[in-house]
Amino acid sequence: MTFYLLLATALFLMALYGVFASRHLLRRILALNVMSTAVFLWLVTVARAAPGLDPVPHAMVLTGIVVTVSTTAVAVVLVVRLRASHRRHDLP
Amino acid sequence: MDALVPLFDALLGALLLWLAWQSIFAADLFRAVVSFMIFGLLMALAWVRLEAPDIALAEAAIGAGVTGALLLSALGRLPRERYAEAAQHILSHSYWLLFWAPVVLLAWFLWSLEAAPPSPPGLGEMVAIHQPAAGVDNPVTAVLLAFRALDTLLEIGVLLLGSLAIWSLGPSPWSTGPAMPSPALPAMARALFPAFVLVSVYLLWRGSHAPGGAFPAGAVMGAGGVLMLLAGARPWLTGGEQGPWRWLLTLGLGTMLVVASVTQFAGYVFFQYPSDWSGRLITLLELAAGLSIALLLFALYLGGQPPVRWRDRGWQ
Repeated sequence: MTFYLLLATALFLMALYGVFASRHLLRRILALNVMSTAVFLWLVTVARAAPGLDPVPHAMVLTGIVVTVSTTAVAVVLVVRLRASHRRHDLP
Repeated sequence: MDALVPLFDALLGALLLWLAWQSIFAADLFRAVVSFMIFGLLMALAWVRLEAPDIALAEAAIGAGVTGALLLSALGRLPRERYAEAAQHILSHSYWLLFWAPVVLLAWFLWSLEAAPPSPPGLGEMVAIHQPAAGVDNPVTAVLLAFRALDTLLEIGVLLLGSLAIWSLGPSPWSTGPAMPSPALPAMARALFPAFVLVSVYLLWRGSHAPGGAFPAGAVMGAGGVLMLLAGARPWLTGGEQGPWRWLLTLGLGTMLVVASVTQFAGYVFFQYPSDWSGRLITLLELAAGLSIALLLFALYLGGQPPVRWRDRGWQ
């Protein structure tokens, strides 16, 4: 399982860089989504170290996925409105 | 056979890294969004590999499906940028040290954590002991709707809050419909929609004893609604204050609150089910939550308050 922990770390760091370095807001939203997926991957992989199958982290990740899609939807609509009203797609 | 597993892992990991890189740094935004959708689908494979089929279902339906549809429709409404501008990154070289120093520190911390993993006690045993009292066979459903039902209540609250925020931003820009609907799309959507309904009902029914449940079911149903909207159908969901839609959107949260309060007044703790009724109550909550989640995801996709009356589309 070491492999999946390393994968989650690499995805997280890549996405963290993307959140800070991207100019286009839609790109930042994409990076945030990748970042949350990396966190979920980390959580489930660590939980597998416990003996037996632990359903609690699975339930937490399911909750997290739904919360992520809600925040993504609101953020995307805000970007579209920002573009329509201010003719820009990045933050000043 | 066992020799193939590390190979599969390595291939999956490499593809995931490449797709994540594409979705964050690709020059073309359309390419980035499509890469992200494929990333979600491959993540579903990774979840299956990690023995988390519930998450795999939710990731495939919500992570790849609904989020992808949201991002693509947003992309369609943003004017196409010149690639060079879209790919521009704002960190100049002098800031790289400021960024990379904490990142290297973090990587080292994670690496050391990985070298000596904290031995997690895990709650699997406790869940397995108490599961018969919950009245369902699927441990994830038991956690979601019996042991940690309060979390699920708040989660549906977040979904409702999200669509509330979106409705408050103004009318939905979707009232005009697609500019050039494909002639094949309406017929195909009509043929496919019953399959969407069937799959989501099956997932809902399955949730009590196997991977499935309200969230994947709601997501599949919501995706079916989005497909019908794209095919030019007039949605039932309207913004009228008198209509049943506001009630249906709050149905999941409302039912959970009613169940929680009634059990409290009946002499139990908040959200503690009477043990004879546990299975039936969970099924009721899943039904209400699934319907609500489907409509809430559809409302999120609309990107604004739907009009009181949808206008007729040109293709009809």
